[in-house]
Amino acid sequence: MHIDLGTLSGITTTLALIAFLGVWAWAWSSKRKRSFDEAANLPFADDDIDQNSKGGHHD
Amino acid sequence: MDSQTTYNYKVVRQFAVMTVVWGIVGMLVGVYIAAELVWPQLSFDLPWFHFGRLRPLHTNAVIFAFGGSALFATSYYVVQRTCQTRLFGGGLASFTFWGWQLIIVLAAISFPLGITSSKEYAELEWPIDILVAIVWVSYAVVFFGTIMKRKVKHIYVANWFYGAFILVIAVLHLVNNAEIPVSLTKSYSVYPGAIDAMVQWWYGHNAVGFFLTAGFLGMMYYFVPKQAGRPVYSYRLSVVHFWALISTYMWAGPHHLHYTALPVWTQSVGMVFSLILLAPSWGGMINGIMTLSGAWHKLRDDPILKFLIVSLSFYGMSTFEGPMMSIKTVNALSHYTDWTVGHVHSGALGWVAMVSIGSVYFLIPKLFGREQMYSVRLIDWHFWMATIGVVLYIVSMWISGVMQGLMWRAVNDDGTLTYSFVESLQAMYPFYFVRFLGGALFLTGMLVMAYNVIKTISGARPVDAPVPQTA
Repeated sequence: MHIDLGTLSGITTTLALIAFLGVWAWAWSSKRKRSFDEAANLPFADDDIDQNSKGGHHD
Repeated sequence: MDSQTTYNYKVVRQFAVMTVVWGIVGMLVGVYIAAELVWPQLSFDLPWFHFGRLRPLHTNAVIFAFGGSALFATSYYVVQRTCQTRLFGGGLASFTFWGWQLIIVLAAISFPLGITSSKEYAELEWPIDILVAIVWVSYAVVFFGTIMKRKVKHIYVANWFYGAFILVIAVLHLVNNAEIPVSLTKSYSVYPGAIDAMVQWWYGHNAVGFFLTAGFLGMMYYFVPKQAGRPVYSYRLSVVHFWALISTYMWAGPHHLHYTALPVWTQSVGMVFSLILLAPSWGGMINGIMTLSGAWHKLRDDPILKFLIVSLSFYGMSTFEGPMMSIKTVNALSHYTDWTVGHVHSGALGWVAMVSIGSVYFLIPKLFGREQMYSVRLIDWHFWMATIGVVLYIVSMWISGVMQGLMWRAVNDDGTLTYSFVESLQAMYPFYFVRFLGGALFLTGMLVMAYNVIKTISGARPVDAPVPQTA
């Protein structure tokens, strides 16, 4: 089968769009909510070890 | 204290302090060559002081010495803290520090001597290139080794950005510096003509995208939440931000070669991907700035937060300007003019330098067991000097650049050029002086920072925080 440049760019664009929507759907699925919340709090997980921490970050 | 019970802050301290040192050196060279453009006699007719030799010294010093040290320091800090484990390979981490310093010194010697491979931002000659590759692979081993022995389940998003930066820079460096040595100090690229140009700008633009963007976004995703005292605005958005940004940047390079021997379709691909880049760039910027939502009042009296948030504003500005300049018809006006130089500095000073400065101000007290920096007031002073300096710089270059572009393209009715090149040069003089002032102000801010850092760490005891043992 012969594929010309136009078809190839059409296929690439479609694949890129699917990949983008896929990442979006994956990130916004409710299943990921809990683990994303955990990950988002990692910068604060070891707050108490800073010897000079004023402890201002805890809620 | 070299046991596994403390974090390895030593290498972070070394890189953090050198960030300030190389920042001053790199920007001093920048101010000097800006002065040379106003007062050409400053080259003293000596080859070592010639603009053409000092300019790569400036760019390499600010990008790789200043920016590089900031990236090493923050990535080593962030990866340990968010993985809750000591840095992998203590000796290897030290090697990356001393190796990187050696490379910087070799660059500072070889460029003024005129030793160059002549590829922009990749001017180092082949023996130094090999050293860079060795140090960089060691960096990757230390960084990813730490991720592999992490004590927590997740890999925090900042580490994804740092990881992408380390990986892509390794690939870019190896591909773009494929060269055939003809002597110890001279080599030639293995790629011919237009292919060489394309490889160079694939490298060049991804050095912007991954060295000067992804790495510093890693910084943003850790230090903005820390300083604001709240998690990033949307972790979901950060995930989409990551994948969209890294998969788009890769293809934007050809916009550096509009209207050249590069095939037209390649130029168009570069332009389209550059335009798409606006979306992930702004997604990331909004994510960073919105982290402050509900805590905007903190901006009023926290100059570190000011540095971080204003850096994001400059990031937003320059990532809007960049896609616009990649449009071929706009590029026809802007390319080869001072507008490009202004654009680069809006990103380099406004975004890269300011986010680094904010992060270093955050780190220094923590690494030396102090409550905070010696003087918070001086951080505020530094902030305003830096901000006014950047604004002077980019506004003068906008005016000068657009004027240059218009003068160069102006033609008389009979088809001859309206202005000679020298006439456009003469028109640029006042703006070159304003640019010099802006740069000098930014540099002065760095000197204020150095004073503040010295006062903070003198008499202080280096602190290595303990690794949490519960996880």
